[in-house]
Amino acid sequence: MLRAKYKTGLVFFPAFDWAISPTHPEREERLLYTQDQVFEEGLFDIDGIQELKPDIVTIKDVQRVHFCVPDVEHVTTESHFISAGGAKRIGMAVLDKEIERGFALVRPPGHHAMRVVHGARGFCNVNIEAIMIEYLREAYNIDKVAIVDTDCHHGDGTQDIYWHDPYTLFISIHQDGRTLYPGSGFPNEMGGPNAVGATINIPLPPHTSEEGFLYVIKNVVLPILDDFKPDIIINSAGQDNHYSDPITNMNFSAQGYAALTSLLKPDIAVLEGGYSIEGALPYVNVGIILAMAGIDYSKVKEPNYDPDSIRQTPEITSYIKKLGEEILINWEQKGKIEEKIRGAKELDERDRNIFYDTDSLHEKQKETIRVCSDCSGAIRIDSSSDLGSHILAIHIPRKACRDCKGLGYKWYDTADASKYDMIFLQDRTENKYLTLIE
Amino acid sequence: MIKTKENSMIVGLDVGGTHTDVVLLGNEGLLKEIKVLTDSSDLYRTVLTGLEKLLEGVEPAKINRIVLSTTLTTNAIVQKKLPQVGMIVSSGPGIDPKFFCTNSHYFAVSGSIDHRGREIEPVDKNEIENISGILKNEGIRNIGVVSKFSVRNPSHELIINEILKDSFTKIFLGHQISGNLNFSRRIATTYLNAAVYPLHKEFFEAVNKSLKEKGLMVPIHILKADGGTMSFESSIDSPGRTILSGPAASVMGSIASAPDEEESLVLDIGGTTTDMAVLINRIPVLEPLGIRLGGYKTLIRSLETRSIGLGGDSVVKVEDGKINIGPERAGPAMAYGGPVPTPTDAFFVMKHIKNGDKKKSIEGLKSIAKGIGTSYENAAHEIVDQTCRKILEEAQDMINLINRKPVYTIHEIKEGYHVKPKKIIVLGGPAPHFAEYLEKLSGYKVSVAPRWKVANAIGAALARTTCEVTLFADTEQKIVAAPEERFSISVKEGFTKDDAVEKAFDLLKQKALQRGANIDDLEMEILEDLQFNMIRGFYTTGKNIRIKVQVKPGLIHEYESIAERLL
Repeated sequence: MLRAKYKTGLVFFPAFDWAISPTHPEREERLLYTQDQVFEEGLFDIDGIQELKPDIVTIKDVQRVHFCVPDVEHVTTESHFISAGGAKRIGMAVLDKEIERGFALVRPPGHHAMRVVHGARGFCNVNIEAIMIEYLREAYNIDKVAIVDTDCHHGDGTQDIYWHDPYTLFISIHQDGRTLYPGSGFPNEMGGPNAVGATINIPLPPHTSEEGFLYVIKNVVLPILDDFKPDIIINSAGQDNHYSDPITNMNFSAQGYAALTSLLKPDIAVLEGGYSIEGALPYVNVGIILAMAGIDYSKVKEPNYDPDSIRQTPEITSYIKKLGEEILINWEQKGKIEEKIRGAKELDERDRNIFYDTDSLHEKQKETIRVCSDCSGAIRIDSSSDLGSHILAIHIPRKACRDCKGLGYKWYDTADASKYDMIFLQDRTENKYLTLIE
Repeated sequence: MIKTKENSMIVGLDVGGTHTDVVLLGNEGLLKEIKVLTDSSDLYRTVLTGLEKLLEGVEPAKINRIVLSTTLTTNAIVQKKLPQVGMIVSSGPGIDPKFFCTNSHYFAVSGSIDHRGREIEPVDKNEIENISGILKNEGIRNIGVVSKFSVRNPSHELIINEILKDSFTKIFLGHQISGNLNFSRRIATTYLNAAVYPLHKEFFEAVNKSLKEKGLMVPIHILKADGGTMSFESSIDSPGRTILSGPAASVMGSIASAPDEEESLVLDIGGTTTDMAVLINRIPVLEPLGIRLGGYKTLIRSLETRSIGLGGDSVVKVEDGKINIGPERAGPAMAYGGPVPTPTDAFFVMKHIKNGDKKKSIEGLKSIAKGIGTSYENAAHEIVDQTCRKILEEAQDMINLINRKPVYTIHEIKEGYHVKPKKIIVLGGPAPHFAEYLEKLSGYKVSVAPRWKVANAIGAALARTTCEVTLFADTEQKIVAAPEERFSISVKEGFTKDDAVEKAFDLLKQKALQRGANIDDLEMEILEDLQFNMIRGFYTTGKNIRIKVQVKPGLIHEYESIAERLL
């Protein structure tokens, strides 16, 4: 008799009636064969695995994370509310102890969506993990969260949202940005002045296989997680590191993904990318589900799986070893690095140009943060896109100190309204979200 | 002698745990009803006695339909009295098939087919021949053969069948049992079919023979768990469908009095158990996958029902100063000479009921009242209240479960259809006693099904033939197939979802007629119709179409006038 060692919940929402466009990789067909495999394997019949129905998130759930221009409705579709709702449902079930672990097998994905949203980037409009996490922080007694993003693409949206948050450890393992979209995610990207070290990037060379991924998990990720001691661990479980993925160059496998999941032991996994819809996803998803539930997955293999033919070269092995050492040193020295970055600054600024590939948009951003030792710091973002909108967005963090909260309101109250189309305020201390429209 | 104008009498028989109910229906409505005690060690005798008693004085030639619902296969499974069969299972990658092992002669073999029905690894014929030798030596007669994704491509099961067919009595192939995906359930279902086959065949052949000897020449129909019937001939290839037909009989018996455009909850309150189901516009809600019984999860289509160990004869006792009711039954109520107090005795105390010994009930209730320090009248109220509450709670839980069923499109989520019955129909022995209290507690309108004591046998008699067809098309591979129906043809690129639905309805019609349906009685509907564009690279390479259609469970139209006369 097959029985799950860990009570595991699954939200399966393939959105069979939604696509970015008819021939886009993010189309109706994407999870069709995964559904076939999951159903044929009878996963929902296993004792201790249960299927849950997704929730639908509210506008406020989205506003808690994003500044949507001009508003939430304009940059989302119903499927985004359901896919974020799938993640939220899993998160609630875990924290309500209805299940021990859970996997939101939903689409569309979200990890390229940043704090300010003018449109879609990397097939993502809103960040479904962040929407879940911030809801859980509001509704339950959790504080420290670790996100391990194992999608092949750098999770630049999640990185952006948590860049200044020392309570959220974001680790992204991805194909080196010099060889793949979005082109970011290097080890020196370690977080803002109030949160240095809470962002960790592990860019792996093309053709990394099981050996390399599992090495990084065991020798870099797990020790850092042990040190950080999060209340919950979330895995952004993209599946495009697979050797058959059409838009990436890695050599990972279903066996590898299952082993990674067993090692990482995430409380919550959320599907991100993965576009080898016939050759990879059906097997990878079955592998991940069995691994989460603590069930033998040794026979879950792609029909054409041949570990010898995808094995990484010795050069890759030694490159990854060196990279791992560098990252561990950064982690140990994060305090010193933070001191150096802060200097005597009261405010820190960064200017960025952000490209929205899915919607072909450019955004110009100037971000200002109050350097603060008592909280994550108030943030002010001046953003304009080539659609013509110019906005000001102010974020007062969850555990803001009096000074940062005061500064946030001062920015909001004294902003020159004639300069902006809209002015937004996110006051996380009071779960309050305001918009001023010119 | 009972006479009717035409030869249109129907016999319905339902074997229950305690009683077997038999009814004779004609144009005038219910002509005759018989109850005999069920002897579970000799169901053949029980069924025959029931039929003989019913047919005393009836001219056999006037009977034109006989429908039987028995507990034969259900009992064999629950009591684990199943004969040895051989199982050959080919899995390929995925969960290790050893976890799905059903019995001792279970062989996991090589060979593999993927989710689109493409062969990954061929069958090893030598391996199968060796296993065939072993099974023959062991004296195994009946075999089940199942391969993963055989509902997409049955070729491996067919090849194995070809090797085995001359050496064994009967071979059941997984793809012919159900069109649904679910390998482990396909294994369990195929196993159960092979295992109950000899019992089922022997039993119904014996019944058939006896009826022929009595001059009853009409074909026998058998009730299935989905509330539909099938002919005896077609049951030989799927005897597993007869499992758990009992609750289905009662639900079908309630349909005649169910409202047309509303949802209702059906409660069949028996002596030991209460069975529940939901009707939407007179159509029962079906289980999404299939029956669970005796530790097996199957692909046998069935009504969504729930059974709890609480009924009119449940044992009432006091434990730790609290009243405890059921799940066991020690005999009838004390009012009817039973040994311990029951909810029925509580009704005797509270109401004026004929044909029983109220004094005995009071005596029983007094012992309960003493245990909880109250009057026997209060104890009676407490017992009835607790029993009704428990039944309603379970019913609500089942309804919640129906509403929690996941859906996979935005459209369905937005539509968000929620079942919320506003009416309760009760049937079964103690039904009328319960009705008023259930109404008070639930706030819903509660009605007692007409002929509540034998509604189950009436349900069996009037149920129509049902079946389901699952069809898929993969125009990239140029195939359209319904392996369960042994149907597969090649198609051209322009094949559409509408073509697929038309084809599926054709197959459904053929299947229903072959199973004994009347041509005027094919209420067909689409359960699922999905079409996906298959894109490889940047080009559309084909369409992937999935269709599921069914004949809805319901009463035979021709007999609606009979059903109306029951009201």
